[in-house]
Order: sequence, then C-alpha cells, then structure tokens
Amino acid sequence: MSLAEAAFIQAVDGVPLKIKLARAERKRKLKAVGLVLPLFLFVVITFLSPLLVMTLKSVENEETFGRLDRTREALASWSGQDLPDEAAFAALAADLKIAGEQRLAGEIAKRINYEFPGAQSKFKTITRKVAAMETGPYRETFLSTDAAWGNPKLWRVIQGASGKYTAYYWLSAVDLRQGASGIEQVPANQAVFLDVYGRTFWIAGLVTGLTLVLGFPVAYLLATQPASRANVLMIFVMLPFWTSLLVRTTAWFVLLRNEGPLNDLAQLLIGSRFDMIFTRFATILAMTHIQLPFTLLPIYSVMKTIPPSHVRAARSLGAGPFLAFWRVYFPQTVPGIAAGCLLTFILSLGYYITPALVGGPRDQMVSNYVSYYMNNIINFGQASALGATLLIITLVLYWAYNRLVGIDKMKLG
Amino acid sequence: MSTSERPGNRRGLAGKPGDFVEFIDIQKTYDGETLVVKNLNLSIRHGEFLTLLGPSGSGKTTSLMMLAGFEVPTQGRIELDGRRINDMAPHKRDIGMVFQNYALFPHMTVEENLAFPLQVRRMPRADIEQKVERALEMVQLSQMRKRRPAQLSGGQQQRVALARALVFDPKLILMDEPLGALDKQLREHMQIEIKHIHQKLDVTVVYVTHDQSEALTMSDRVAVFNDGVVQQLATPTDLYERPENAFVAQFIGESNKLRGVVSSQNGKECIVNVNGHGDVRAVPIRANGPGNKTTLSLRPERVRINPTDGVFTNQFDAQVEELIYLGDHTRARVSVLGTDDFVIKLPNAEGVPDLAPGSPIRIGWKPEDCRALDWS
Ligand SMILES: Nc1ncnc2c1ncn2[C@@H]1O[C@H](COP(=O)(O)OP(=O)(O)OP(=O)(O)O)[C@@H](O)[C@H]1O
Ligand SMILES: [Mg+2]
Repeated sequence: MSLAEAAFIQAVDGVPLKIKLARAERKRKLKAVGLVLPLFLFVVITFLSPLLVMTLKSVENEETFGRLDRTREALASWSGQDLPDEAAFAALAADLKIAGEQRLAGEIAKRINYEFPGAQSKFKTITRKVAAMETGPYRETFLSTDAAWGNPKLWRVIQGASGKYTAYYWLSAVDLRQGASGIEQVPANQAVFLDVYGRTFWIAGLVTGLTLVLGFPVAYLLATQPASRANVLMIFVMLPFWTSLLVRTTAWFVLLRNEGPLNDLAQLLIGSRFDMIFTRFATILAMTHIQLPFTLLPIYSVMKTIPPSHVRAARSLGAGPFLAFWRVYFPQTVPGIAAGCLLTFILSLGYYITPALVGGPRDQMVSNYVSYYMNNIINFGQASALGATLLIITLVLYWAYNRLVGIDKMKLG
Repeated sequence: MSTSERPGNRRGLAGKPGDFVEFIDIQKTYDGETLVVKNLNLSIRHGEFLTLLGPSGSGKTTSLMMLAGFEVPTQGRIELDGRRINDMAPHKRDIGMVFQNYALFPHMTVEENLAFPLQVRRMPRADIEQKVERALEMVQLSQMRKRRPAQLSGGQQQRVALARALVFDPKLILMDEPLGALDKQLREHMQIEIKHIHQKLDVTVVYVTHDQSEALTMSDRVAVFNDGVVQQLATPTDLYERPENAFVAQFIGESNKLRGVVSSQNGKECIVNVNGHGDVRAVPIRANGPGNKTTLSLRPERVRINPTDGVFTNQFDAQVEELIYLGDHTRARVSVLGTDDFVIKLPNAEGVPDLAPGSPIRIGWKPEDCRALDWS
C-alpha cells in the first residue's frame, strides 16, 4: 500500500490513523519530557549556568571596563610604541580621579598589576596625587612620580584593560601574552601553566595506570570467587570508598609524615628516615588509593557478566590457561577497563585536596591553581580560564578516546 | 594410537578392549560431604553415540566435566584411548565440547570462532582457512562467516558451536544439553542434523540431556543416571522394552506401577499379590523370591480392554475414571487392583469400544509385558 493511501486510513471514529498516532505519541513525548525536566533544570541551574558565567569572567575586564573610558578614547590614535601625549595622561588622571572618589581605583590597580607587575603601587601613588590636582600638566607629574609611566608597555596594558573583553587570561593560561608585536611566549621564568597541565596529565595518567595494574587482578579475583567470599572481599574494596576523601588524605598525611609510623619503622629497621610527605610519591600513592575502587568496579561488573564457560570453551578448544585468558577473557573486559580508566583519569585531573595536603609545591595540579586564584588572589578571570582550558583539553581527549575505543562500547556495569 | 598398541591392557571391571573412554570406579564430591557421582563405571566404545540421561542434579554435567578435564575425580580413573587422563590439562585432551549456552566468543566473528582452535594449534594459515571453510559448509553457515554471535539466531549459534567443536577433528565430542535453549521444532531438526554429522564423521559423541525422547532418538546407547549412579546402560530399545529397575521404568516413557509381595517365583515367572486385591503374573527381573516386596511395571499400551476370556493370564475388573482424547490415541485412567491411577493407551482405530467414565470394564495383559522390579 502506498503512503498516500496509508494517510487516508481511518480509525473507527473516523479520525485519520496518522493523526491518532501523532496524538498518542505526543502524550508519550510529553511524559518523557516531564520525567527529565526536573533533572534538566537542576543541571542547567547548578552546572551549565555557573559554567557559563565563570567562562564569561575569563574574557571580561570586569574591574576596569567603563572606568577607563576617557583614557581609551584618548589612546585611540596612539601608535602603541612611543610615549602617549598629554591628552592621554590627562584622560587617565580624570578617570583615576573619579575612580578614586568612588573607591574603585584599587580594583583598577589590581587588574593592571596582573599584566604589569608592580603597577599597583604606582597606581595608588598617582591616584592620590591626581586627586589633589586641579589642572595639568599631567604628563610631567606622572613621569616625575614614577619613571614607569614613560613605559609604553604599561600604556598598552591600560589600553587593553579598558575594553570590555580581553584575551589576557586565556593567553596566560597557556603561558602566552600580548607583546608589542602580537602574541608571544612569556619569559621562561614566568611560564608555569604549561608545566602544571603537563604535570596534571602525567599524574592523572600514572594514577590511572597504577589503579588498573592493581585493580585488574583484584577484580578478577572478586569476579571468580563464590558469591559469599566475593562479598566479604568487596567490603574491603568499598571501605575506602565509603570514607571521606579528606579523612583518607589526612590519614596518609599522618602515615607519611617524617615523624609518622612508617618513618619510625624505617628508623627502627634501617636507621634512617625518608622524605615521603610533600612529595610526588605521596601524591601518587594517596590518589591511587582513593581512585582504586573507581577503576576496579566497572571492570569487576563487566567481568561478572563473562560466563565462566567461555574460558572453559577456549581451554577445551586447545588453548592453554594464558592463551585462553588473553584471547578470550581479556578482550571481553576491555569495555570495563575503558570505563574504569576514563572515570579515574577524568576524576584525577580535577584532584585538589590530596596534592594540596600531601604533595609538594612541584606536585600542585591545575585545580590547586584554580583554587589559589579563586581564594587567595581573588582573580576569577584567571581561575576560570585555567578551569575552562582543562575542561576543553579533557573534552578533546574524551573525543579522541571515543574515536579510538567507542564510548558506546564502554560499560559501567 | 590403535587399540592393539595400547600399553598396559589391565582394565577395571568396566573395561573391555575396544572401549575408547572409560570411567573406572569414579567418585566425585564437591564439598567433601556428599558424593555427586558414586562409583561410576562406564565404557564408551569407539565411534559410539552415548547419551547420559537423568534428572536434574544427577551428576551428568559433573561426569562430563571430569572427562573434559574441568573437574578432578575425587577417586578412580578416567582413561581415554588407553591413557589415564586424570591429571591431564583440558587443553591437551583434544576433546571437542559443545556447551549448553554455546559459549561462543562474543568478540570474534563466526569465522574467527572457528579458526580459534586451529590458531592455538599453530596450524598454517592456508590449512586454517580450508578447515574453517569446510566446517562452515558442514553446518551451512558460509553466508554468516563475518557475523558476530550476537547477530545470529539461537539455532545458528548452536550450529557454530557444533562446527567449532568439530573443526579441529577431535576424536571425542562432548555435548552438554546443546539443544536445551532451542524451541521444540528446531530441537528436533538439530537432533537429526547432529545425528547425521555423527554418522558422517568418525567421532565418538558423549551427549548429555534430560530429555528422554532426545536420548532415545539420537543415541546408540543411553546411560540412565540417577543420584550419582548409572541405573542402566543399554540401547534405546532395551531401555524401553526391558528396563532393569523401577527408576528406569518410570523415567523412560510411561509405565504403570503396581506394588506387591511375591508369593511364588520360578526362573521365568512369578506371582505377585498386589495388596490383597489380586494376583499378577510377571517376569521376575529384580524380584527376590517369595515374601519379598516388588514393584510391577507395565507399559500403558500393552494393556487390552475387554479381552476374550482366557487370552491373558492377567485379567482384572476395572472401572473407567477419566478419558482423555489425544488424536491418535485415547488415554484412559482406570481404577484396578486398589489404585486409581492406572493408565491405558487405546489406539483410536476400529474395533475399540466406546467407553464412558464410570463404566465397568475388564482389562488384561501378558505376563511377559509385566516386569517385577525392585521395590521403590
Ligand atoms: N561447582 C560445584 N560446586 C558444588 N556443587 C556442585 C557443583 N557443580 C554441581 N554441583 C552439585 O552436584 C550435583 C550434580 O550436579 P550436575 O551439574 O552434575 O547435575 P546434572 O545432572 O548436570 O543436572 P542438570 O540436568 O540440572 O544439568 C548437584 O547437586 C549440584 O548441586
Ligand atoms: Mg548439567
């Protein structure tokens, strides 16, 4: 029967069948929407919108936009290389006078200071000075107060910060900056973030690898034990899972301390102590311990679904124990390995408390810097640029992983 | 290795030359408390299709697993082609096995599944391809070679499993309820297909099932298991016609059970008093002489109704309790000799009288058809 004919088929009450179907479907769809709506709204409100707001902060000049308008106008025709003219100095003086009255000068100074270290104090001095001045000439006053006002670089920073948007935070998140002639790398002694990313991925990768190496045999043991024994063993695996992260990390801190029980034992046995706390070793050890169940559980639950008869079949077909494991059992666990490792890797990328408590200064990860900028410096722009960069790299890795392994093949249980 | 070359021809009780597989005084316990297999003696001949038949939990799978090498006998000896194989690793036994749920490797295609046993034997690639091709043809699955097991129907998966167990030319194939997951029609089709393959190839098959009709259709001999003991090992005809104990009589086909005490017995016939309701003449198989209890077993289709007087030495008054029409025959449940679940099968042919529930009839049977077995 053709489609046209089908369209005219009518139900008993004379309504075309297609319309009936659409009505029935609509009800079902509405129901489906109703079921996901609460969670969807929750995610939008608590996850997506903060994410967006924070990401906006990383490209906006919140502290300076609208407060340096006169200066921006005066600098519009400036070449960017030489000393700005008197008008520019006068405009900045006017902007600072108003900002000083509104008690906003400090914020401006702090923002300029990110890009031009040392600018904060210069701004404070000059703001105080121009507040007392009625007329110019401003250029001489600025230059005589601090020679830095003659530095075109400072003026370029002021010009950049006076606009609504800035690339500064994103550039600096990857150790770049706006130079006199385009984007350039920051000097080696100021470059930190690429190193931090590298370290973050290295630690996360190492922890993932270690949890896999330690977790796989245990998962295998659990999956092949009779249920009664497996349950008891499972409690031991889950116990750390049920303990608070902070408590476990603190426990590691106590254990690894220079005066801790491990070092006491070492002192007793071989007469010397080891530097364990505040090292990369401690970070990796504690993180591996915490992440172990995350890697293990997906592998275990996939292993549970592999019938023992598969290995038996392989054995009866002539494969030795190792070959049967490697060619028949192991390939079937790959979806679990993929899921467990991805979970641990992504969770490890965001670690914060553990490196902060048991790691040294060279073991701090991206999240520690995010927290540092959020809590210590109150530089939301930099914090969110760092976080967003990490998010983007993670998404790219996830995409690559999907291409390689296939997320649909992944099994969490 | 041929039969004549076998070293040390000392056999257990069950052993006779020509036997391919032997279970000799095998016992098996899993928990150290109960014997799952009690004193199993079983010889399987070269090229034979032998079925282990028995109710659930009777130790069939366990026996098969001991033969395959996945379970170790607690006691006794298993010999394969004259060699003791108790401690031989499963992969060295060269035994093809078909599992109940097929155990096809889900991450491999049909072709790869079939190539697996050849690859692990390090065969040259060309040989592998040729053998896989042949096996695929045998089970008519050449079209499906690139598919994964999940993309096949149950019957097709079953055939792949069969082909995989055969592809490396093992001399012995074990099948543990291989058709259990298939529907009735497909099962019957596969029974015949397996039977044909067995006839074509020179293999010995040990087959496990708890479906008695399957066992009777396919097997050269059937070993009836119960409670970890082989109750009877015989051809299908013998099992049905000449059951040696009450369990076999009950388990294979349908039979009427009458319990009584032997009042007299000679070599060919005994007379059994059924609870004071009457004397029945029967063949003494396991009857232990006058005064001992015995169970009489009688197939429903061997009973005649309203026989001419004097034709049968066993004739009794009975009353029809229930009639069930089954197309080719009618089942009549009658009460006779103090029981009311005595069943008679009446062919729906000419000359069979109309009956109605409640009507009194006379029934009779030959003493040869009635077997006096052990008390149960
Ligand atoms: N691995 C095991 N551990 C402990 N007991 C077992 C094990 N396997 C089987 N048994 C017990 O041994 C007995 C015989 O089991 P088996 O599997 O041999 O029976 P079966 O004849 O194959 O039954 P079915 O027809 O249900 O498959 C059963 O009582 C069972 O509970
Ligand atoms: Mg079984």
